[in-house]
Amino acid sequence: MSDARAGRHLPIIISLIIALTLAIAPLPLWAEPFRPDWVILTLIYWSMTFPGNYSVGVAWIVGLIVDVAQGTLLGQHALAFTIVIYVTVKFHLQLRQFPMLQLTATVFAVLGLYQFVLFWINGVAGVNAPMVTYWGPVLSGTAIWPLVTIVLVGVRQRARR
Amino acid sequence: MAAAKSKRQHRSPYSPALGLRLLLLAGLSILIQYIDHRDNHLDTVRKAIGATVYPLRVLVDAPVSAWRWIGESTASRNQLQLENSRLNVERLLTQARLQRYSALEAENARLREMLEARARVREQVRVAEILSVSANPFRHVLVIDKGTSDGVYDGQAIVDANGVVGQIIEAGVASSQCLLISDPGHDLPVEVNRNGLRTIARGTGDFNRLDLPFLPNNSDIEPGDLLVTSGLGGAFPAGYPVAVVDSITRVPQEPFAAVTATPSAALNQVREIMLIWSEVEESEVDSEEAETPATEDPAIESDGASDGDNTDSEGDADE
Repeated sequence: MSDARAGRHLPIIISLIIALTLAIAPLPLWAEPFRPDWVILTLIYWSMTFPGNYSVGVAWIVGLIVDVAQGTLLGQHALAFTIVIYVTVKFHLQLRQFPMLQLTATVFAVLGLYQFVLFWINGVAGVNAPMVTYWGPVLSGTAIWPLVTIVLVGVRQRARR
Repeated sequence: MAAAKSKRQHRSPYSPALGLRLLLLAGLSILIQYIDHRDNHLDTVRKAIGATVYPLRVLVDAPVSAWRWIGESTASRNQLQLENSRLNVERLLTQARLQRYSALEAENARLREMLEARARVREQVRVAEILSVSANPFRHVLVIDKGTSDGVYDGQAIVDANGVVGQIIEAGVASSQCLLISDPGHDLPVEVNRNGLRTIARGTGDFNRLDLPFLPNNSDIEPGDLLVTSGLGGAFPAGYPVAVVDSITRVPQEPFAAVTATPSAALNQVREIMLIWSEVEESEVDSEEAETPATEDPAIESDGASDGDNTDSEGDADE
């Protein structure tokens, strides 16, 4: 699994680009707080599957790109991504064994941790946002997680052929 | 740390010194955030990464533009004629108004000359389109399709057809981010058009509401008063409509009245906005301050306490 051939990375990079596009795509105003954090969901899946290639370093770089794309403090998402992916890689063997329901529950907890890091940095930097902007992505991200896994499993299997 | 290292072989064979890498990257992120929060030294980094994100923004905007293009190109002849005649009428009306305006401008310049005051700032306006609204989940930010290559600069004022929208917080090469006046962290120096009462309009996080937190209970303000930019603070040119006061609650034991206003610009449904280039002379700000008589209310004193984006040069207006 750890052998890194070029071309194997392409589907993963494309899936990350699609996630980033979804992260900045316009939504109706009422749906805006419930926009799932596509990029972190995609990263969680890939780091769980290929922890050797997609670990904290990749998470950090992608986090910086998200920071620029969303105009948040440079390093905010990078830090949150790094912490979340650290946890994912650390426990990737356990996570792979989990049935879908338990995995989804774990993703809920991990997304909570992720939003907490963002909330904490916002507090230090003096940005105050309504609480729904923190809870919304956790709930919608958990709800969408099974779908994300199904799609990414499909991507992985197609790439292997 | 040490315990994690000793267990490493058992836990994750794919990740040598994972904890160390985490600490390193976390420390780096915190350092970057610290630098980014304090100064703008990381602008070049932001711009470099921003250039890679720009194609995505265009891609995201493509369906919307395509839809509009289809709508425009399949409009029937009848519709077009109707719209054309409507626009013609509008243009005539606007021109008539503009004629009066130019006469007034000339008169104003003459009067100002008589008062030996400096000429007002001249402004240039350019239309920009919005690429995405509120990319940042925590702030009221929109992204426009003009950047430093079009002459956009940080702190530039942005208006729409009805009033002030916000200001540029981050000018990229081909797209820029604009902070709306409704963001909770945005403070805007305004004055009441009716009597020149100066105060600060603060965003609330709600697109349809601004707060005026520093007006004393006895200040002369009524529902329906139009608030315009005062031009103090330097970021916004004077005289653009900002909001209309809609409610005033005076609580006797509180030092300030609770005043709320509705922004004139439709902040959550703008599609095109206008960038303003004001050609400010060097000593313009000084003469503006000399002109304004220091007979305003004590509310101005509290401006110094508000740590907004553009209230830096505000505190010296009181006597």
